[in-house]
Amino acid sequence: MKSDDVVISARDLRVWYGTAGLPVRAVDGVSFEIRSGEILGLVGESGCGKSTLGRGLLGLLPDGAARDGELFFRERDMLRLKRREQHALRGRELGLIFQEPLTRLNPLMRISEHFSETLKTHHRGIGKDEIESRSLEALRVMGIPPTRFRAYPHEFSGGMRQRLMIALTLVLRPAFVVADEPTTALDVLVEAQIIRMLHDLRDTYETSLLLITHNLGIIAEACDRVAVMYAGRIVEIGDAHTVFRAPQHPYTRELLRSTISLSTTGLNYIEGAPPDLSDPPPGCRFHPRCPDAMQVCERRAPVPRVQPSGSRTECWAADHANGLVTLTEDERIPLAKEVIALADEA
Amino acid sequence: MPTKPETPAPTGPVTSTDAVVEAHDLEVHFALQGSALARLLGRRGRTVKAIDGVNVALRRGEVLGLVGESGSGKTTLGRAILGLVPATAGSITYHGRDRGDVVVSELGSRDLRALRTSMQMVFQDPGAALNPGMTIEEAIGHPLVIHRKLKGAELRTRVCDALERVGLSPVERYLGKYPADLSGGQKQRAVIARAIILEPEVLIADEPVSMLDMSVRAKILQLMLDLKDQLDLSYVYITHDLASAKYICDRIAIMYLGRIVEIGPSDEIFANPRHPYTKALLKAIPEPDPDRMLPRDLPRGEIPDAAVPPLGCSFHPRCPVAVQECGWESRDLRTLLEEHWTRNPGATYDAERDMVGDLGKLDKPELSAHLGVTDSQGTLALLNRIRAENPDEPFWRGVAGIEDDGNGVRLEFHQPHDPALRPAGGVEVACVLYPDERENEKT
Ligand SMILES: Nc1ncnc2c1ncn2[C@@H]1O[C@H](COP(=O)(O)OP(=O)(O)OP(=O)(O)O)[C@@H](O)[C@H]1O
Ligand SMILES: Nc1ncnc2c1ncn2[C@@H]1O[C@H](COP(=O)(O)OP(=O)(O)OP(=O)(O)O)[C@@H](O)[C@H]1O
Ligand code: SF4
Ligand SMILES: [Mg+2]
Ligand SMILES: [Mg+2]
Repeated sequence: MKSDDVVISARDLRVWYGTAGLPVRAVDGVSFEIRSGEILGLVGESGCGKSTLGRGLLGLLPDGAARDGELFFRERDMLRLKRREQHALRGRELGLIFQEPLTRLNPLMRISEHFSETLKTHHRGIGKDEIESRSLEALRVMGIPPTRFRAYPHEFSGGMRQRLMIALTLVLRPAFVVADEPTTALDVLVEAQIIRMLHDLRDTYETSLLLITHNLGIIAEACDRVAVMYAGRIVEIGDAHTVFRAPQHPYTRELLRSTISLSTTGLNYIEGAPPDLSDPPPGCRFHPRCPDAMQVCERRAPVPRVQPSGSRTECWAADHANGLVTLTEDERIPLAKEVIALADEA
Repeated sequence: MPTKPETPAPTGPVTSTDAVVEAHDLEVHFALQGSALARLLGRRGRTVKAIDGVNVALRRGEVLGLVGESGSGKTTLGRAILGLVPATAGSITYHGRDRGDVVVSELGSRDLRALRTSMQMVFQDPGAALNPGMTIEEAIGHPLVIHRKLKGAELRTRVCDALERVGLSPVERYLGKYPADLSGGQKQRAVIARAIILEPEVLIADEPVSMLDMSVRAKILQLMLDLKDQLDLSYVYITHDLASAKYICDRIAIMYLGRIVEIGPSDEIFANPRHPYTKALLKAIPEPDPDRMLPRDLPRGEIPDAAVPPLGCSFHPRCPVAVQECGWESRDLRTLLEEHWTRNPGATYDAERDMVGDLGKLDKPELSAHLGVTDSQGTLALLNRIRAENPDEPFWRGVAGIEDDGNGVRLEFHQPHDPALRPAGGVEVACVLYPDERENEKT
């Protein structure tokens, strides 16, 4: 279960994509920690940098992307590791689960062969019996019967393939896994089954998980803590229960309000769309869309502050409401909103 | 062996007065060619019963939801209503406002094209629905050029009007754009503009918001509701997302493997779900409420292969409350064994696998199944252990008898019953747990 050892620690981490024009600052100074056995949820609208952050943590960025800041995996300084050392860590200690399992399964190889290849790559000299027992155990945890061990990928349904992929990641017993929208393509019932399994994982494997999703329901269901990302920054992070009960950042609040759930009685949405990350707005990046924005929001970027609720938030309005800052009368004048055209949306 | 379906009694006279379009005993079966591999395995000539006996009417002015998991036949039903896919049995009838009754399923291609002016479809992926080489003005005006032969100023006026209606204004900003220049939400607005430009009566929206960001979904749904009121539209709203269906639908049809298993007013379906599948779906929705947890007793497995559906009620293998006549059969025995081995440590499987023999024998749907090779006592003991692990497992309700036949055991299952839709307190439901009120009337 959850313990106090920090598995991942990021300080002012940045990831950008070099393009012909200005670089796209997809992750622009984020700091957070993930503890052993903890599930941290990462939410935010499309294009806010969630996948970039997830892949950046694993060093799985495309050519032309760069990172800086500080990133530690246990005591290892990840930004200083050689390429080869990083590669060795991936798989064995760090894992990635993503949306399309088929792209990673070879149609001509039996499931048993997939497991055997994975285990042999990372544990040279591992014996046949151990391969089989570890593989079957991983399959069992993901609810796949041992009778299917010698089947081919096409003999499995979509949900089973996704569970296979997860089992293939877990068989190496990684300390930290990034799951990038692992259930987005699946049906409700199958999604619920997998969420349950991910939630129960730490009982078996003590794996820490960064769970990226658009679906706030999934976060509420599976995560201990949640980080809300907007335009390359983590604007709120805290205990999942607290953040859902008492969102401190206007973006978190509006995201929750615009989610259509079974208890929805009216449709709400956030005006406008997330900014172009090669040229984000000055001050608080959310100010052009924020219902609470004041003069100060456009002029100065808010800094991360721990609010009385316990969540850490970057927002002038939250700081002011909770008495963490003193703003001049001038600074507190509500920001006149540029009219956002109805269809300026994501 | 197939189960004989109950013949659905007509659910009252379908009052053609308030129906815009209705399906009657509709079947859409696809013959599968199969890959070379499938043919080698003798799976030639399989058919997928994508729609397998559906009766449903879209009432004038309503939003009817078709909700169900992947492969349940939602898109096929939507396409069949528009005549985009041929019915293999049954009929679709459109009761046009000013063109009288049209049997869609009997139309030739020319008349079908004319029908596009009355019924239109909006697809899930707005990116794929728009031609990347056409400007927004061309794309939205296209139906008018084809069906009404409009051009010049008149065409432009109509296009601008449609753009404004869907919120793509000021229109000058959008007319000359290409789909690639628009965001997901804007593309879907353009697709909707194109769908309404011929002033149709019926719009079939196939997952119109599921590819859009959470923060935009509500906006597009609101747009659809506004347009419905302004233009007197009737909608079929196809989705696997119950939460949005709850918000925008007047009535909801829950689909499973080519059938409607429950249909009724939205409020009633959510307040008082009757079919075990509907109940399961509702419980499985992850809600953004930290005090609510997913239940542990989620239905197992996934939607089965539509080419070889389960006997009896298609949902029975996953149903937590199934009873004896729900259609238990050989394949369920295989699932039972596999679940037992998944629950227990690996050594259990190693020790027990030889007691059951070839599991492949169980893959053909039969009401009688044989397990084991020689040691009948061992096989019997195994079954007893499995039963003791979970005595409430519904599977056992379907077992009529277990017999030692000298070289293993034979299980006999109860006769299956394939329940038709029947009225149950304001809704209709296809489940044997709800006694058929009409049958009571007969006796
Ligand atoms: N390989 C790349 N080259 C250049 N820019 C990229 C690349 N990948 C992502 N980006 C840009 O980085 C920003 C963040 O993208 P990212 O995929 O991390 O967002 P996300 O939050 O995961 O979005 P989604 O929810 O749609 O998956 C976007 O503006 C995107 O266009
Ligand atoms: N053109 C086709 N040829 C053969 N089989 C088809 C065809 N179209 C659909 N099917 C099959 O019919 C069944 C129903 O498919 P359909 O696309 O209608 O389901 P759906 O409920 O819309 O699913 P989804 O939620 O994935 O869109 C599936 O088993 C599918 O594989
Ligand atoms: S800092 Fe200002 S603009 Fe930014 S979220 Fe807070 S109130 Fe809104
Ligand atoms: Mg992403
Ligand atoms: Mg579909």
